[in-house]
Amino acid sequence: MRTLLAISLSALVGSLAWAGEDSSLVIDGEEIKIRATAPAHADALDEVYSGWVFRTDETQALQMDDFENPAFVFVDQAIDMFSKVDGTEGKSCASCHDDVAEFAGLRPTMPRVVDGEVVTMEDMVNGCRTKRMGAEPWKWSSASMTAMTALIGLQSRGTEINVKIDGDAAAQWEAGKELYYTRVGQLDMSCANCHEDNYGNMIRADHLSQGQINGFPTYRLKNTKLNSVHGRFKGCMENIRATPFKEGGEEFKALELYLASRGNGLSVETPSVRN
Amino acid sequence: MRILRRACFGALTLILGASTTLAADIAPGDVVFTDGAVTASLTGVQGDAANGRKVFMNRKLGNCLACHANSDMNDQSFHGEVGPVLDGVASRWSEVELRGILVNSKMMFEGTIMPAFYRDAGFTRNLKSFEGKTIMSAQQIEDVLAYLLTLNEE
Repeated sequence: MRTLLAISLSALVGSLAWAGEDSSLVIDGEEIKIRATAPAHADALDEVYSGWVFRTDETQALQMDDFENPAFVFVDQAIDMFSKVDGTEGKSCASCHDDVAEFAGLRPTMPRVVDGEVVTMEDMVNGCRTKRMGAEPWKWSSASMTAMTALIGLQSRGTEINVKIDGDAAAQWEAGKELYYTRVGQLDMSCANCHEDNYGNMIRADHLSQGQINGFPTYRLKNTKLNSVHGRFKGCMENIRATPFKEGGEEFKALELYLASRGNGLSVETPSVRN
Repeated sequence: MRILRRACFGALTLILGASTTLAADIAPGDVVFTDGAVTASLTGVQGDAANGRKVFMNRKLGNCLACHANSDMNDQSFHGEVGPVLDGVASRWSEVELRGILVNSKMMFEGTIMPAFYRDAGFTRNLKSFEGKTIMSAQQIEDVLAYLLTLNEE
């Protein structure tokens, strides 16, 4: 029935229709906002859509039940790591943060700009590790880092993204926007070419989304692990035959800020499941 | 003669890599556009439509199917929806226009998402392995063009 509906809808409205466009995402009885009126600063869009909307029924279903969601294997690992002492100071995360639940409300505001620099969740985690714990920083897209950012993000699941773009953040946000519209690589494409101008369209077997990052880190069926935002940027750039910027570098951080802000109004979905 | 030349070309392709320009070809920077169209053959060798069909389909070569649906390839799953359907494309565009669109469609359609398939410079942050190279060789352009010219039916 659902398939039939999707087919008849796509016949009616052509390329604007996609699988699951009429579906809603409810996890543990909580409604996750996967569609929202686009924020004013995403002026080319009327509505914003979570990447979940563009996935197949099967992939969507995996995210609707935390027992089915493969990302929770890593979230469980992060729960263990949270109280594991590491570094010269003999501390764990739990030494300062009694309960990871105290991070509720943080993820929707990330990244932030502090003293002119974009600060991401990874920066905060590594800041604690190096400055408070005396531990080695984790690599940007490592299993430990993505597991921990997934656990922290999960505390805000269902909360609307509300990233600040004005004031101190304005310059970095503009830099991110500039990157979003810059064509790169031998295929000479910008983020906007696919994810603003062509979301909802198929590019061979791939269904183009708006490139929203409200669900990151995201578990990908393709590589069976959690993926960081910057890791995904890197993959995208390589696909268009461009030399990626450095994970954790200022370009990707600015782009993360800009992209996060385009999702203002959607719910935090961390940890999401994608293909 | 034609077969021999193609065979030689094939051998050279193996040695030099598909996207390296042959001496006899018009270099990417020397292609002359007139209102987005390219009149002169890039190689002087008649395109091979059968090979062009393969290049069109191949994900590592033209991968035209990634963006364009084409009923002639209904045996292939997953046709793209980004560009126009190519059924009957030869009845809508002339040979010289199609050549121009393949070489660098931005000369015809300003701001298009479509990559330039025969351009080797002027990119931003190009991957090292593709530096100085075109996506398709001159002959592959001519071959895909010959194939597109077979698509007459809407």
